Amino acid sequence: MEWEVVIGLETHAQLQTKSKIFSGSSTAFGAAPNVQANAVDIALPGVLPVLNRAAVECAIRLGLAVGGRIAARSIFARKNYFYPDLPKGYQISQYEIPVISGGSLAIIVGQGEQGYEKTVQLTRAHLEEDAGKSLHEDFHGKSGIDLNRAGTPLLEIVTEPDMRSSAEAVAYAKALHALVQWIGICDGNMQEGSFRCDANVSVRPKGSEKLGTRREIKNLNSFRFMQQAIDYEVHWQIATLEDGGRIEQATVLFDPATGETRAMRSKEDAQDYRYFPDPDLLPLEIIPEWIARVKAGMPELPAEMKLRFAPDYGLSAYDAAMLTVSRETAAYFEDCVAAAGRENAKLCANWLMGELAARLNKEGGEIAAAPISPLQLAALVRRIADGTISNKIGREVFDALWNGDAQDVDELISARGLKQITDGGAIEALIAEVLAANPKSVEEFRAGKEKAFNALVGQLMKATKGKANPQQVNELLRRKLSG
Amino acid sequence: MINRSLKELGAALAEKRISSVELATLFVERIERLNPTLNAFITVDKGKTLAMAREADQRLASGLAGPLTGIPLAHKDIFCTEGWLTTCGSKMLSNFVSPYDAHVVSRMKLAGLVTLGKTNMDEFAMGSSNETSFYGPVKNPWDTARVPGGSSGGAAAAIAARLAPAATGTDTGGSIRQPAALCGLTGLKPTYGVVSRYGMIAFASSLDQGGPMAKSAEDCAYLLSAMAGFDPRDSTSLDRPNEDYGRDLEKPLAGLTIGLPREFFGTGMAADVRSAVDAALAEYRKQGAVTVEVSLPNSGLSVPAYYVIAPAEASSNLSRFDGVRYGYRAPEYADLSDMYCKTRAQGFGAEVKRRILIGTYVLSHGYYDAYYLQAQKIRRLIANDFVEAFRHCDIIMGPTAPSTAFAVGAKSDDPVAMYLSDIYTIAVNLAGLPGMSIPCGFGEGNLPVGLQLIGNYFEEARMLNVAHRYQLATNWHKRMPENL
Repeated sequence: MEWEVVIGLETHAQLQTKSKIFSGSSTAFGAAPNVQANAVDIALPGVLPVLNRAAVECAIRLGLAVGGRIAARSIFARKNYFYPDLPKGYQISQYEIPVISGGSLAIIVGQGEQGYEKTVQLTRAHLEEDAGKSLHEDFHGKSGIDLNRAGTPLLEIVTEPDMRSSAEAVAYAKALHALVQWIGICDGNMQEGSFRCDANVSVRPKGSEKLGTRREIKNLNSFRFMQQAIDYEVHWQIATLEDGGRIEQATVLFDPATGETRAMRSKEDAQDYRYFPDPDLLPLEIIPEWIARVKAGMPELPAEMKLRFAPDYGLSAYDAAMLTVSRETAAYFEDCVAAAGRENAKLCANWLMGELAARLNKEGGEIAAAPISPLQLAALVRRIADGTISNKIGREVFDALWNGDAQDVDELISARGLKQITDGGAIEALIAEVLAANPKSVEEFRAGKEKAFNALVGQLMKATKGKANPQQVNELLRRKLSG
Repeated sequence: MINRSLKELGAALAEKRISSVELATLFVERIERLNPTLNAFITVDKGKTLAMAREADQRLASGLAGPLTGIPLAHKDIFCTEGWLTTCGSKMLSNFVSPYDAHVVSRMKLAGLVTLGKTNMDEFAMGSSNETSFYGPVKNPWDTARVPGGSSGGAAAAIAARLAPAATGTDTGGSIRQPAALCGLTGLKPTYGVVSRYGMIAFASSLDQGGPMAKSAEDCAYLLSAMAGFDPRDSTSLDRPNEDYGRDLEKPLAGLTIGLPREFFGTGMAADVRSAVDAALAEYRKQGAVTVEVSLPNSGLSVPAYYVIAPAEASSNLSRFDGVRYGYRAPEYADLSDMYCKTRAQGFGAEVKRRILIGTYVLSHGYYDAYYLQAQKIRRLIANDFVEAFRHCDIIMGPTAPSTAFAVGAKSDDPVAMYLSDIYTIAVNLAGLPGMSIPCGFGEGNLPVGLQLIGNYFEEARMLNVAHRYQLATNWHKRMPENL
């Protein structure tokens, strides 16, 4: 039987506010345990929560960026359960009326020719507080509690079950990861847990309308683990069903060491969280003026930029999408085009998505910190465009810049003598030499072997150390041979 | 000196007829003598009290004093008080010394009041007789075989026995007004949001409200003016200009329309309460007020609605008492779950457990709509009843409690009978309105009777005026128990 995979994601994005969502404590990461936990965070008797406006503004930013509805009035609710790192015995979250509902995110799945665009619908996004951390090592059989993280603002962003493969899930997670950083609401640091995903995975016979029973994979904190976990889970679910088994609704954890998912608790153990509106907090009211103020302070959004890039720079929709995967990539591109000239935009895009992306990918690193600046790349592009150097020599220049062997493109070209030979007379003289030295190839070509022509071109390029203009060489050689 | 009003005490201090240290010593010595009988205080700390009094004396000497500077005051043990044991009447917090002051406590300190100690109360304010306290029942100074009411029973007994000139209290369903009535005092529950709840240990957050308890309306006006005011740390605190709640105390009452809810004057009220209340209404008419009948048709639903909403909020509010970070922890346990179970089983008393169970039940999946949501709808109807009633009157009056103080143990095995002792006060909390109780006579066995005044939202000053004019004409509020 053919199976269809159905995936929905829930993402917890830690919001970049200076203080916690309901207290004045700092949210900075990495402090000594419990030094960033005040009376409110440790839930002393009598303390009360006060909502942090900055956290609400982060939610508004996301709402605007995904085209969601920003609720004029939303409610904070208590989610009640006991756990040592949950100081109040309840988490303040939003339940029935979230601050954001609806919206969507466009994603690109795969690369190059296999790449395609897709839109993932969002269900909702709501504000809530994070819990503290339980530390189970180094306490001689006891557990330690660190409440520094308790009360850190989170935005939980929930999708519809719109994704059909682990690749789509990862593409969505990457797009959201880029977006939350783009709009400045989350630092995206997955190692520190600032951006973590839960994946709801089910499978159903292809063509079936009914959703299969889902299992939720908790706390995926890297894209690689997400891919592995979903692939394993899908494989496991299909194998179970094909063996005549049934899928039970469950929460599972992914073990990176074994590459397997394993059930943590079943639906039967599901807790009753006894949600009810938090009487300590008034309903959150967001007036249109507030939204307008937040909007005025927002950067241009990737979706808007993508629409602008295609006509402005003569790019395909795919190129425009690739260049707007992150705010840094887009900024790099625009800086590069500004220096290279709009007529060279496509060449800039090719170099950025080609050589630069490949090197960053290979060596690891962020585009904002790339060893080659947008201005250097622009200089390189200009010299290719005006025929000073060939594309092939361009790569040599790129390498030199990347390795820090040179800073200035023009200086490098003249110092290394990389300037393309475009003098027809000089090339013709060389052709004469090469033809004289390779009579066999000339004979073969004349006998109809096209390969021999390429061999002669190769010889010529070798003689010029690659500096001859390849098109010119082709043209002149063909004329000479047929003459 | 022990019978003086706060205004008189303030004048005596300002004129150096007595020092704050002398005044505090006077009350501390009375506490030392009478508290063993009454059990009104959980904690007294003479050293701390006298240190505060000395500071007050310095302020008095330097001319920086306000009208309340140097006057002693007792705090209900529900208010977090920096450096003081703050138990909330529970074993669960029997070792909890607060590292911070509640907003009310810091406001009172700012006004220069001297903390006399922490008064006994029903455990987590859950009770109407002060019998649920881990620290034992409080006795009513008018008859020590009887309860003082609750949950602010320690505060009421302390003032009635003149162990303190005044006290702070809290009122979730009548916990200021009912003990004030049963002990012959004046107590005021402000409009919800007028007094910050920060540092007031939460019982039912949407109903809890702190307020003053004292001998007279005038005293309460002084205290409320010092206590009230916006606090950004409490999201339900109202951002309104500060008020002098005593500004209208002397206003004549001619033209005042008093609404008498039909539902409050039915069969539930004891005869001696009824006659005292009727006599008080006659006095008001004498002063030029008119009485009209009004109706609160949904008030009969207030006790059931309250006993859904209050336990629901309490079940969640009390989750933080888990033995992990502070407070009581069971001495022996096998694992985390066992620690939670034993800590909470041993740390909470029976009434608290009952309400946690009720609250947990009504919030459970499948029951929420039937109970909690339904109760919230009733709450809205009750509030609307008052809106309608206030179209026809300026103030509402009736009994505070259906009977005078009942015997210790009389209702402790019958929770429903106990809950019904708040039948006239609960609707006020559900509506968020201000309410008061003032002494209006004595019933059988020379036990005080309370008259309840219910004002419209933010009409505390008006309510205090109406109470004060009555107290100018009567002396019920000046009586003190004998034979102590």
